[in-house]
Amino acid sequence: MLTGNASAAWGVRLAEVDYVPSYPITPQTEIIETLAKWIYDGVMDAKFVTLDSEHSMITAAGAASAAGARVFTATSSQGLMYGFEMLYTVTGWRVPLVMVNVSRGLSSPITLEPDHNDILAARDSGFLQVHCETCQEVLDSILIAYRLAESEQVLLPAIVNMDGFYLSFTREPVEVPDLEDVRSFLPVYEPGHAFFKASQPMAQGVAALGGPVYSYFKYQMHLASMRALEVYKEISLEFGKIFGRKHDTVEGYMLDDAEYVLVMTNSFSTSGKAAVKRAREKGIKAGLLRLRLLRPFPEPDIRDAMRGRKAIAVIDQNICIGKGGILHSELASCLYNEEQKPLLLSFIGGLGGKNISPGEFDFIFGSMIKAVDTGEFTTLKLLYTEAEWEQIEKLKKIAGKG
Amino acid sequence: MEAPLKSIKELSPEENLLPGTPLCAGCGGLLALRHCLKSLGKKTVIVNAASCFTLLSVYPFTPFKNSWLYTAMACAPAGAQGVRDALDILIRKGRLAPEEDLKVVVLTGDGAAYDMGLSSTSGAIHRNLDFYYICYDNEAYGNTGFQWSGATPYASKTGTTPSGKINKTGSALQKKDLFEIWRSHKPPYLATISLAHPVDLANKFKKAEKFKGPKLFITLSPCPPGWGVDPSLSIRLAKLAVNTGIWPLKEAVCGDVIHTVVPRKFKPAEEYLKEQRRFSHLFKPERQEEAIKKIQEMVDNYWKIYLPILKRESV
Repeated sequence: MLTGNASAAWGVRLAEVDYVPSYPITPQTEIIETLAKWIYDGVMDAKFVTLDSEHSMITAAGAASAAGARVFTATSSQGLMYGFEMLYTVTGWRVPLVMVNVSRGLSSPITLEPDHNDILAARDSGFLQVHCETCQEVLDSILIAYRLAESEQVLLPAIVNMDGFYLSFTREPVEVPDLEDVRSFLPVYEPGHAFFKASQPMAQGVAALGGPVYSYFKYQMHLASMRALEVYKEISLEFGKIFGRKHDTVEGYMLDDAEYVLVMTNSFSTSGKAAVKRAREKGIKAGLLRLRLLRPFPEPDIRDAMRGRKAIAVIDQNICIGKGGILHSELASCLYNEEQKPLLLSFIGGLGGKNISPGEFDFIFGSMIKAVDTGEFTTLKLLYTEAEWEQIEKLKKIAGKG
Repeated sequence: MEAPLKSIKELSPEENLLPGTPLCAGCGGLLALRHCLKSLGKKTVIVNAASCFTLLSVYPFTPFKNSWLYTAMACAPAGAQGVRDALDILIRKGRLAPEEDLKVVVLTGDGAAYDMGLSSTSGAIHRNLDFYYICYDNEAYGNTGFQWSGATPYASKTGTTPSGKINKTGSALQKKDLFEIWRSHKPPYLATISLAHPVDLANKFKKAEKFKGPKLFITLSPCPPGWGVDPSLSIRLAKLAVNTGIWPLKEAVCGDVIHTVVPRKFKPAEEYLKEQRRFSHLFKPERQEEAIKKIQEMVDNYWKIYLPILKRESV
């Protein structure tokens, strides 16, 4: 039984990373504490250093990766925001470091529990993104992420995302792979592209002045990320052969004949799957599509999975202020040119770790069915129960704003 | 240790910064950097923070025989940490030959060194990172066209501290004492240098080489467009800064301060000020006596701590 954080640490240990620059932040800290202990005890042959901020931490991670080391780092929420400038910088360096983000809602108001505005803010940075539902997936995804990032066809850093509290502090049965098997899947990192050594002076991260030069390098990153879709599939196939676990770009649940489909990510998908099962018992042809690889965005796989469905409800555990749900927009653009488009509904749920209750899932399925039957639906709904409304009214009274 | 150099004839003929850069004519910082790299040698990786010198390596060119990594404005020391640590680990694990090792050098302007990069610099010195740090200090944000920075001296006119109708003096604040900020971290070696004193500069690098840990250098960098001087006068101004006592040449070995070049007789600060457009408002349309006096007092107060008798030439 391992927590999500402990699973992450095990993934890093098995990947035999060389270097762990770090900075503590809740709910990620358990990862770096675990790694520090292993490194200080000599169980892991790596260097651990605490920097002065996440901005410095990501810089040190990128620089060490640019010098040829296998690097891991971890952060969460405000930390990801604090280091934001360097996310874009290190992706431009084309360095294959792996970072875990433990999702947590963004300030303000400052909070602790998860939603995905932190990780989705980084969606345009060039980092590859793998979003996990289970602790096992966290461990496995770190190994896959290194293979993917280090592929000469890709050479982009990767973020493995898990929900704070719901996954980071939840114990689940996790199979820790055998080190020799991991070594056969993920050999020692030997960079062939760029690194620092005395006999071969090299300028990295240089300025590119003029639009044509800049555009060229930016588009190269995009092409590399898109290429990562195919590379990912090869790697996950190989992973399945060695370890017996399958991690596709997307995961379908009761999807075969489903007419009404939930689209979700991360740990709340587990509640979504339970809701699908309940809906099936009531005779609703329900299903769920969980997005696992978010960057690159697996458009062909999503289109294949959505063909012939009646309605889709995207449950965004994020809020794009002034627009709505981020993944709803991405699904819409992905499906827009399809000949027979399912109806696309948008719900915001789970902000700051707010629970999504069975009643709320029932409401979502009801909304989908009504939309298909009558053509009536609103484009965006915040999931919020009567009880929660009463509670906030009480709190507002205490705050003098009743 | 080898005997210190005595004359410019003994300076290394080695060049690691080659001509043909896009920097301004007469850039004081560039000349200082050329001397620093003579001392540091070819086996060096320069980790750069956003500054004028970021424009030295523009795809697909670089003027260096050294390696280079541009980071961002606030975090070059953290970049140096990553490179140093990676080289150490890879050598220890046998994945990089020891002869492939590099000296790691942070190169920043004063904006990054005095302001935005203080946190990452403090962290790197505190962790006793084995690296060099060169700050070329032109006393303002130069690459954006000369605006006030934490290094801007009292009364300097900049784009954001103009000499106005109400506030005539320019910058109301004194320059931060970066040397003392760094010294409070107790690095093994710390020095100020000047492009007008290349022998002193070379000897300081020779001395620094003995130490493992942070080796920090600040050079005053006359900036012709920002200071409003002819490019041919950069070295003259660098000399005047030392001879007026405005730019003390010193070093601190494990915290103990020694002045390495002390003028026998100090020139009045005014001689340095009046050469530069950034201080021209102190003299025209009317002389701002108070401000000029205050600047001289600041210089005198600094030296009083170190010298029993202060000899100054008359104006």
